[in-house]
Amino acid sequence: CNRNDKQYVGFATLPNQVHRKSVKKGFDFTLMVAGESGLGKSTLVNSLFLTDLYKDRKLLNAEERINQTVEITKHTVDIEEKGVKLKLTIVDTPGFGDAVNNNECWKPITDYIDQQFEQYFRDESGLNRKNILDNRVHCCLYFIPPFGHGLRPVDVEFMKALHEKVNIVPLISKADCLTPNEVKKLKDRVRDEIEHFGIKVYQFPECDSDEEEEFKQMDKELKECTPFAVIGSNTVVEARGQRVRGRLYPWGIVEVENQSHCDFVKLRNMLIRSHMHDLKDVTCDVHYENYRAHCIQEMTSKLAQDNRTDSPLPILPLPTPDVETERLIKMKDEEVQNNHH
Amino acid sequence: MSEIVPPEVRPKPAVPAKPSHVALPSRSALLGYIGIDTIIEQMRKKTMKTGFDFNIMVVGQSGLGKSTLVNTLFKSQVSRRSTGWSRDEKIPKTVEIKSVSHVIEEGGVKMKLTVIDTPGFGDQINNENCWEPISKYINEQYEKFLKEEVNIARKKRIPDTRVHCCLYFISPTGHTLRQLDTEFMKHLSRVVNIIPIIAKSDTLTLDEKTEFKQRVRKELEACGIECYPQKEFDEDMEDKSDNDKIREAMPFAVVGSDKEYQANGKRILGRKTAWGVVEVENPNHCEFSLLRDFMIRSHLQDLKEVTHNIHYETYRAKRLNDNGGLHPISSGQDTQESNLTFCMDTPCLCE
Repeated sequence: CNRNDKQYVGFATLPNQVHRKSVKKGFDFTLMVAGESGLGKSTLVNSLFLTDLYKDRKLLNAEERINQTVEITKHTVDIEEKGVKLKLTIVDTPGFGDAVNNNECWKPITDYIDQQFEQYFRDESGLNRKNILDNRVHCCLYFIPPFGHGLRPVDVEFMKALHEKVNIVPLISKADCLTPNEVKKLKDRVRDEIEHFGIKVYQFPECDSDEEEEFKQMDKELKECTPFAVIGSNTVVEARGQRVRGRLYPWGIVEVENQSHCDFVKLRNMLIRSHMHDLKDVTCDVHYENYRAHCIQEMTSKLAQDNRTDSPLPILPLPTPDVETERLIKMKDEEVQNNHH
Repeated sequence: MSEIVPPEVRPKPAVPAKPSHVALPSRSALLGYIGIDTIIEQMRKKTMKTGFDFNIMVVGQSGLGKSTLVNTLFKSQVSRRSTGWSRDEKIPKTVEIKSVSHVIEEGGVKMKLTVIDTPGFGDQINNENCWEPISKYINEQYEKFLKEEVNIARKKRIPDTRVHCCLYFISPTGHTLRQLDTEFMKHLSRVVNIIPIIAKSDTLTLDEKTEFKQRVRKELEACGIECYPQKEFDEDMEDKSDNDKIREAMPFAVVGSDKEYQANGKRILGRKTAWGVVEVENPNHCEFSLLRDFMIRSHLQDLKEVTHNIHYETYRAKRLNDNGGLHPISSGQDTQESNLTFCMDTPCLCE
């Protein structure tokens, strides 16, 4: 019911109060980038966040890479804009898909994601919950090469291994080697294959019915445009009298932020300006809760196996076992399992 | 230097604000602007959609104007006595806990306000331990929340019935706090946010008021009672200086009223006597506006946060240490019994 001026209580300021506190505290966001080397992941990250995170990177040659396994590297940067502080963490996965034999090359990545969930679960169940660090991965940009005819087996397997652990946003990388028609064909193909293989990529939430038309239109365009075909650039070039981020070719200049050239702007708007909060929410409310429920059920069934159901389950607080003990426990477990069969 | 969004203090006509959509900035601005600050707007949209809960408890002897004050604070009939108040209602033999919920809306913000009344407190001949049912109720709400948190399949938004604020009504004797007052606050100030107020303060002159307040503050300090806002939870210098000002003005001497009168060409809330009209919202007459601005317009969210981050965490830590563990519950089990009576009135009983 509507209230007139006389009856103004003042709790309409509540959103402001909430946000004042959030602004003071600052935000954090963890973004993972995955895909083969050379697909422009680092460049894209630099373009998205206007930074240069990979200044001192040393690229390995083919021989050096023979013995390289998939690593997980983290770069953290603090960004401030208009008084809002963001602690951005980029989780990179060098080595993914680069070997000759790429069997289960996503395992270090799924392990990493699980570890962050586990860490959060322990912290959340502990006694001192004042300053829990949230290292959970909020979004994973997966880079699909533009050279093929759709998803490759490694793409499908990777996404299926991760779609229930993290928000996956598939991208068609280095889209400047495709004509508009080719882009459209590839997007359609990838979309069909995603559906065919039952891959659950990140879904944009439905628009409210009371949203403005312009917003609804934007939302519709966003949804129809996936997977985004992106181009990144670390260099600034002169185009049409302006300085823009772009790539200079003999036949023309590709402008990163030109919407008719690629979907970079759509990706950035989605990732940062409209869906960052939702990506975090889905990570907390869906992926993390799934992990947690699964974890508790496993612990419950393990204890049931050991016939210790009479005592109350010491779920909280979880002790933090040291690495060596964990390893021994795991070894013993496997032994027992093997003996059963 | 970070820009802090200042809390709104001036009254605005409550036309619900249209949520602004994410506008694409002009071409020239794109070069150096990432857009991180828009996350504030994303959060705002989300919180406005989900709405807010606020639970306020009023404690004090009967006749101190508790129900009237709450109605005045929220400018609607939200207290237990909103429906059919009979002055002949008997004083209950023990302290009862009666809770009433309403959904009120302002400026597009929906709030589910629950007022928890404690009739019978301090009204008996022997009032020993009359705070126990109250303490029990508060802890039961913490327990309810804890059980939900520990659940395997947790709700996305755990229903929050914890008491965010306890308004304690001090009788305007003009002398000092009574033993009942200090006993109650001693037992409960570490469990819930207590805001002491001097009720029916229109019986005190300005000088009497100042002296009484000073004496009350001294006595609270002497007993080691820390009311909200607690000094130890001031986060930074800005908080400290804001809160110091409030602490120096507490306890607020208030007058409540749900009757309107004509004064200075305006319709105001007040109490009409033979010697004049006491204007509730006139800061020269009483400190009602101070209380309202402090509680609702600037510290509403903080009251909830201190409850969640401090009082609830203290309770939780104690529980974990006591039992050495908690059962994860797989599906809704019944909560402990308590002598609380819920009566959900029809939403939004505005005039």
